[in-house]
Amino acid sequence: MKPEKALIFELSKPGRVAYSLPECDVPETDAASLIPEHLLRSQPAELPEVYEVDVIRHYTELSRRNFGIDNGFYPLGSCTMKYNPKINEDVARFAGFAKIHPYQPEESIQGALELLYTLQHDLAALTGMDQVTLQPAAGAHGEWTGLMLIRAYHESRGEKRTKVIVPDSSHGTNPASATVAGYETITIKSNERGMVDLEALRAVVGEDTAALMLTNPSTLGLFEEQIVEIAEIVHEAGGLLYYDGANSNAIMGITRPGDMGFDVVHLNLHKTMSTPHGGGGPGAGPVGVKSKLIPFLPKPVVSKRDDGTYYWDYDRPQSIGRVKAFYGNFGILVRAYTYIRTYGPEGLRRVSELAVLNANYMMHRLAPHYEVAYPGLCKHEFVLSGRKLKEYGVRTLDVAKRLLDFGYHPPTIYFPLNVEECIMIEPTETESKETLDGFIDTMIQIAKEAQTDPELVKNAPHTTVVKRLDETTAARKPVLNCTCG
Amino acid sequence: MKHRYLPMTDQDQAEMLAVIGAKSIEDLFADIPAAIRYDGVLPMSERMSEPELLKHMRALSDRNADFDRYASFLGAGLYDHHIPVVLNHVISRSEFYTAYTPYQPEISQGELQAIFEFQSYICELTGMKVANASMYDGSTALAEAAALASGATKRKKIIVSRAVHPEAREILLTSAHGLDLEVIEIGCVNGVTDQEALAAAITDETAAVLLQSPNFFGCIEDVKAIEPKVHQHKALLVMSVNPLSLGLLESPGVIGADIVVGDAQPLGIPASLGGPTCGFFAVSEPLMRRIPGRIVGQTVDKDGKRGFVLTLQAREQHIRREKATSNICSNQALLALCASVYMSTMGKAGMQEAALLNVRKSHYAADRAAKGSLSLPFSAPFFNEFVVKLPEGTNIDAVNRKLLAAGFIGGYDLGTAYPELQGCMLIAVTERRTKEEIDRFIDELEAIV
Repeated sequence: MKPEKALIFELSKPGRVAYSLPECDVPETDAASLIPEHLLRSQPAELPEVYEVDVIRHYTELSRRNFGIDNGFYPLGSCTMKYNPKINEDVARFAGFAKIHPYQPEESIQGALELLYTLQHDLAALTGMDQVTLQPAAGAHGEWTGLMLIRAYHESRGEKRTKVIVPDSSHGTNPASATVAGYETITIKSNERGMVDLEALRAVVGEDTAALMLTNPSTLGLFEEQIVEIAEIVHEAGGLLYYDGANSNAIMGITRPGDMGFDVVHLNLHKTMSTPHGGGGPGAGPVGVKSKLIPFLPKPVVSKRDDGTYYWDYDRPQSIGRVKAFYGNFGILVRAYTYIRTYGPEGLRRVSELAVLNANYMMHRLAPHYEVAYPGLCKHEFVLSGRKLKEYGVRTLDVAKRLLDFGYHPPTIYFPLNVEECIMIEPTETESKETLDGFIDTMIQIAKEAQTDPELVKNAPHTTVVKRLDETTAARKPVLNCTCG
Repeated sequence: MKHRYLPMTDQDQAEMLAVIGAKSIEDLFADIPAAIRYDGVLPMSERMSEPELLKHMRALSDRNADFDRYASFLGAGLYDHHIPVVLNHVISRSEFYTAYTPYQPEISQGELQAIFEFQSYICELTGMKVANASMYDGSTALAEAAALASGATKRKKIIVSRAVHPEAREILLTSAHGLDLEVIEIGCVNGVTDQEALAAAITDETAAVLLQSPNFFGCIEDVKAIEPKVHQHKALLVMSVNPLSLGLLESPGVIGADIVVGDAQPLGIPASLGGPTCGFFAVSEPLMRRIPGRIVGQTVDKDGKRGFVLTLQAREQHIRREKATSNICSNQALLALCASVYMSTMGKAGMQEAALLNVRKSHYAADRAAKGSLSLPFSAPFFNEFVVKLPEGTNIDAVNRKLLAAGFIGGYDLGTAYPELQGCMLIAVTERRTKEEIDRFIDELEAIV
């Protein structure tokens, strides 16, 4: 059995230091004579006392207990775990990007502003929108921003619309964002083909409809073939169409949300544009809009003067206001821009073609062994059901845990909610046929193990640093820190 | 097309299409109606080779005046602190930065433990009982705090001091519009919140009182003095704090705050034109199940071994959908790790020493400024930022351009956000500034005005 890993707090030994600060070169006045004593800390914060080698070994050991894309295949559906290029990381660390302040004189950050301006333009071209804001920090933040734009648009026309429609296959952030933007959510069922049911849509659309939020291709990996009709139904009722860009990796250069009829779109740069997920952020969720929504964009936007210089444009009287301090997650935007320039438009189209080819190939090879939820063409991802294995007492969760023993990150499981024992697989374009075949063969082997040795699967993983963890007790009797709890 | 990130060969492609039973890749897109297909090449930035791209990015970068080449006296919520060298080495480990949110705990123990330690650090520093795994930034965290307070108290009125960061107040207003909250602003006296006006504004309808300390002007608010009044009306006390200042200043937990938020940027995170930074969010125990975002908890595995998992997920959007406490999903995990490594590196003594260096250097700078032709409009105690008033009619934008020519990034023009403070500059002095730089900066500023 591998030993437990100590917490950094448990390594502390009074008297050790890992820092190096300059000697004080100004008068060494007592804190208490500069700041009234009642405002000063009565007890010092009990932070650990370690030296630099402890710090490095501690976090290196933690990193070895973690799995990233650089460790292996990561077919996590709806998350687009593609390779995170190293040039992006190097470039974002250039002093001219990492060590600058948004309140500096504009003339001293022209390079940064040009980058932002160009990225706004590129993302608008890619999505078929007229203008883009780069402020939102993540996908869900983009959704909320987009819905606030939709709200401002309706309010500017004197209309009070209260409802946002989402399909049952939508991301949980969609209804949650609608709530935060002050909307009521209506969930509509998908039809037997996994698509939006037009009759169900017609039944709920009305003069109180603010927007329909749609992911296309959907979280089932299916392209909404009737998207033009869907857009017409919503627009005829005076509602707007919101595009959740989580699945944009399937369509770059092939079709654009703007041409499908969408009015607002967000992109997850940490998915489509290869910026790293960082173990759960930081991401970036830029929002693009059609021209009628431009006046409401968050301020500032980056604009260009006739003389070719760039500036923060705050003169936007109808703006919804600000959604993020300063100007969004610039360091992520630098990476995304770098990524775009490694491919150019034709390369990005090829990215989407190969993401879709890889997904269809995997789906076809796995179809005899797992049930394909919606047979036919898929886009960048597809959904299997593991329900055939239930007769052996094996569930999708067990399959996922067994994959860990073979060095794979499992697919997304139990989402979307409308497929029983759901397994959602997204290979991305940066994986080779050999990698895909290796994973497929392992999935087939696990399906066989489920019949011949179900306990082996149900007790997985067997090779990880910890075995299955007691999540129930964690929630019932929470231990959330090691200091005050 | 050959590309270094794409492994597909012609042979692979032919074999894979054969398995699928398709003639061409084009067949795989037959489900997209012709009317909405994009024909042609998108009008966007062209492809570059790796050497060309490096050169291009270097050229863009070089057109920005960075803190390595210019001594920065600019703060206003984003600071030029020393970043210990080890930080970049740790967050460059790709097992951390190329991982997704730790949904599979057995292969994510490193990230989960790192976040658990981050939560522990934030609790220790703020004196609060529960902290989450991070927020987008300090400003959005403040807006989330207002939302939490409204939900917890079933009240709609939010009181916020005008000494809270102007951008945080703007975000609060945007968010309040969505949630139908009323925001009441309280003015300032001598660089701190007008306590009399604040006390008068608090009623039984108040959901929360939002204060920042050190506030936007760098001044330290006497929050303890107003705390009884807030709680007497059963409103929640929300404090936005600079985490580095807590090396020296009283912890919000001892002061009696119910929610503590802030931005971890001073803890080793590059300024990066304002983002990404990392917000933190801590609460008292009764609010634990209302906290937004991810939380990591300690548990045991089947063998009884200690391990960590994402927990209390019943609050979150992927479970609760429209009934979630917040829509937040991704946060700023990698930068929470960065801040944790900073706190591990600085440790108990280093956090105090760094905070004290900031106080001493900024006070030295303020003394120098006051001795010459500049004046200090406020006398309230401050941490590492202070306000100077320049002579009547001074255009601070023009002053800052001249300072830039002299090798300095000057302070923040307070007139931008506070019409009553025209001609006032907010100056930040961190441990990175030497006495010699401070002397030259003040001399230059005096010479310009």
